[in-house]
Amino acid sequence: MSHSIDYTAPQPLRPSLPPDAAALPTAHPPSSVRPSRWPARLDLLQSLSGLLLALFLIAHMAFVSTILISPQAFYTVARFFEGAWLLGRPYPVLVSLVAASIMALLMLHAWLAMRKFPAGFRQYRAFIAHKNRLQHGDTSLWWLQVWTGFLLFFLASIHLYDMLSQPELIGPYASADRVWSGGLWPLYLLLLFSVELHGGIGLYRLAVKWGLFGGKTRARLHLARHAFSAFFITLGLVTLLAYIDLGREHAPRAGERYQPPSTSASHHH
Amino acid sequence: MISIFRRPASSPPPRRLTLDILRYNPAEPERAPTLQAFTIDEAEGMTLFIALNEIRAHQDPSLQFDFVCRAGICGSCAMLVDGRPALACRTLTRDLNSHITLAPLPFFELIGDLSVNTGQWMRGTAERLQTWIHAVDRVSIDEIEAPMAPELAEAIYELDRCIECGCCIAACGTAQMRPDFVGAVGLNKIARFRLDPRDQRSDEDFYELIGDDSGVFGCMSLLGCHDVCPKQLSLQTQIAFLRRKMARLGFD
Ligand code: HEM
Ligand code: SF4
Ligand code: SF4
Ligand code: FES
Repeated sequence: MSHSIDYTAPQPLRPSLPPDAAALPTAHPPSSVRPSRWPARLDLLQSLSGLLLALFLIAHMAFVSTILISPQAFYTVARFFEGAWLLGRPYPVLVSLVAASIMALLMLHAWLAMRKFPAGFRQYRAFIAHKNRLQHGDTSLWWLQVWTGFLLFFLASIHLYDMLSQPELIGPYASADRVWSGGLWPLYLLLLFSVELHGGIGLYRLAVKWGLFGGKTRARLHLARHAFSAFFITLGLVTLLAYIDLGREHAPRAGERYQPPSTSASHHH
Repeated sequence: MISIFRRPASSPPPRRLTLDILRYNPAEPERAPTLQAFTIDEAEGMTLFIALNEIRAHQDPSLQFDFVCRAGICGSCAMLVDGRPALACRTLTRDLNSHITLAPLPFFELIGDLSVNTGQWMRGTAERLQTWIHAVDRVSIDEIEAPMAPELAEAIYELDRCIECGCCIAACGTAQMRPDFVGAVGLNKIARFRLDPRDQRSDEDFYELIGDDSGVFGCMSLLGCHDVCPKQLSLQTQIAFLRRKMARLGFD
């Protein structure tokens, strides 16, 4: 048996360092300077901020779509977040606080994700040329993610600032008036498509990026992504239509607040 | 058998293939890059390797392209086939339309026509990522090697199947934008040495090599690499695995 031959032959190609290797110059400088841990943290933060935003998005859609049940249902949800059930009287500032945290999260996420945008014309052209040449689904999806993300800078900020600055103006009539009489429905329409596409692609990307469901599930993940975007865009559209309907109906009395049946009954006394 | 009943094999006439080939020689910069069309008759079981050789033999001896093994082993013949990176020797013309466009792999140094210098980049990457066994313990050549579990040897061998063809780099949107990105081939090699018990480097050492945006955190998970790798390496799994390992170090 000449097992040793296996080792002697490649010796010059595969240098195995002697025990006092630390004393020898190596190809890279000995790590007296520890490489920064920030790239690792930022990468994780980027994913985490995206994930939290996506979870918020899902919850948010559940709340606003209660208008489909009845104005009263949405009224109840809106008042719930003002905390009267806990603190005795409503504090709209709580809604401002939530909006501010989402804004902060959005800024963090956008700041981190922006690092991946093509930097400068050369990179921009290189990516477009590559995308058009390769005709590859996931590569094109990323481009869609970049552009919807870019749109969200503006669309999401406008909406969040509204909620932050006028938290008391959330309710069946106040919201419907904002959508219709306030003329914000085109913004919401665009925001809906951008955020649901971006969030759906983002969640898919999270799964493949971190290998969350094992390696062989991409087809199913794509299916889930389509289902996610389709479901939430449909629900969003129907919800937006409900607000538009309500807003048009309420336009002559725009600005007047919704009175839940019980309180309006007490007003009559 | 009664041969009289056997119908003569009526083979349909061979397809006429048109190959649009990107011609450019960096040594003659005054001649602008052009797409040159060649037509040939398709033959049974024809690969692009065969088609290109036929063109070079009968139509244009100046056409430049690389081949060594013509069996998907050496990794020399990667090129863009209708925009997708692929090995010419493993691509059957019958799987393509009769109109085929061939171009050199982007990203790498162009030698001429379809020939690119992947070797230089691969070598640079190997040096940068130090893709060799780093052992501190002295290996005694007089002793029997420590045995390795067959499953582990198998797993290492699986990653070692990479032929450094460069398809994954050419398919990577990140690499097109950021030429210092190590790409799937580089990350796969790190994964391979990380598995190898003879390599005594720790994750800290690997972090030094790939723990930034030109390494594993630069990958945007576009998976072009995974989808074109002619050796079907599970690059997505490897990159995600390394990402998890390297991200963990951010919190120790
Ligand atoms: C100002 C608005 C936003 C911008 C500019 C933006 C931009 C981006 C970009 C460019 C990426 C790709 C990053 C990469 O490939 O590594 C990304 C990923 C992601 N985004 Fe956004 N985004 C924004 C808002 C949102 C919102 C509102 C959500 C919630 C649904 C979200 C969820 C995600 C998720 C889950 C990912 C995947 C994270 C990852 O790959 O690490 N983003 N975002
Ligand atoms: S990983 Fe696959 S595509 Fe990339 S160089 Fe190796 S064999 Fe080629
Ligand atoms: S998964 Fe990463 S390495 Fe592979 S093509 Fe995409 S960006 Fe490049
Ligand atoms: S000629 Fe070797 S891989 Fe194609």
